Amino acid sequence: MELLEKYDKLSEQLLKTFEGKIERGDAIEPRDNMPDGYRKHLIRQISQHAHSEVIGMQPEGNWITRAPSLKAKQVLLAKIQDEGGHGLYLYSAAETLGITRKEMIDQLHTGKAKYSNIFNYPSLTWADIGAIGWLVDGAAIVNQVSLQRTSYGPYSRAMVRICKEESFHQRQGYEIMAKMMKGTKDQQEMAQDAMNRWWWPSLMMFGPHDGESPHTSDAVKWKIKRSSNDELRQKFIDKTVPQAELIGLTMPDKDLKWNETKNCYDHGPIDWNEFYRVINGNGPCNRQRMEHHARVHHEGGWVRAAAEAYSKKKENI
Amino acid sequence: MATDSQLSMWEVFMQSKPGNNYIHAGTVHASDKKMALQNARDTYTRRGEGTSIWVVPTDAIVASDPNDNDMFFDPANDKVYRLPTFYVMPEGAKAI
Repeated sequence: MELLEKYDKLSEQLLKTFEGKIERGDAIEPRDNMPDGYRKHLIRQISQHAHSEVIGMQPEGNWITRAPSLKAKQVLLAKIQDEGGHGLYLYSAAETLGITRKEMIDQLHTGKAKYSNIFNYPSLTWADIGAIGWLVDGAAIVNQVSLQRTSYGPYSRAMVRICKEESFHQRQGYEIMAKMMKGTKDQQEMAQDAMNRWWWPSLMMFGPHDGESPHTSDAVKWKIKRSSNDELRQKFIDKTVPQAELIGLTMPDKDLKWNETKNCYDHGPIDWNEFYRVINGNGPCNRQRMEHHARVHHEGGWVRAAAEAYSKKKENI
Repeated sequence: MATDSQLSMWEVFMQSKPGNNYIHAGTVHASDKKMALQNARDTYTRRGEGTSIWVVPTDAIVASDPNDNDMFFDPANDKVYRLPTFYVMPEGAKAI
């Protein structure tokens, strides 16, 4: 009994120290004491963020062999390599919390860990590569800029590194869209079609409306999340609409209009039924994305095995 | 297929240019030193962020325990005479 009381007292003390640090705005580092819930929340969020970067390579990889010029192909390759790098920064940050790479990949393959819903949509035309860079990376940047101030040190440092690299992605996407909007009527229609298909899923990337988001309250309390879903979504809309208008794209939302009093855009209702349909596995590409990842992962197994065998052999010489 | 090993973990330190400190960048997975160095280059220096890299097996790192911070770093706290501001300079003394 006495031992139990002692234990309770100690955990209470540790929690106080942790909350004090969060309150002061100190970063939490891997070896610091942290509540289980904080660790779990971070593992879930960071690993899903990592999976999103890696799965996000697929819709873009679809266009490497068909890029319209050598320059476009080089740029796209560099961008996709960056996405792989971003995945690695994030896996590296998640591993500091005690989960292994293998566990994370298993969770992805069994469906326990999700990835950003947006990558379950297909990239049908070259304009989609523009729309992905401009809108999808644009939305990701808004979220990631805010996460640079997240309370967990390794996650925050990964975000700083990623943000430095993402703006190249967004600009290359916008350049593609701007170029197509200056092109033939067919090219303009292609760009507008990509805009129409990617706009709403991009808005959904910020997650459910505040108050309907299942993980928000703890994340805000622990300063993992520094801005709400709706705040970030609004920021994204406000900076994107003028960019669309500048190159002659029409916003695919008839309710979208400038609100003078609020000093921001009002937008029409988001189709959350579609969001939940896709997130629960029934989007256009969910199965394809997962099958591809699992297949490539297993097919590459022999390379890792060979590398390890080679390293062991060298030790024995 | 024999294994789904993810290889072992290495800590990466980078010097952005000669003269600077080596700073921890993150980790990579690799089966040996050579692969660790190449993976570190591919992962952390795609834009000339570094001119020199160290890789160290993660299990070779020894780290202090944050729970011992008070005790461990205590010797620094009561030796203010190690700081230049401890000393009283005569009025008018310059360039010291």
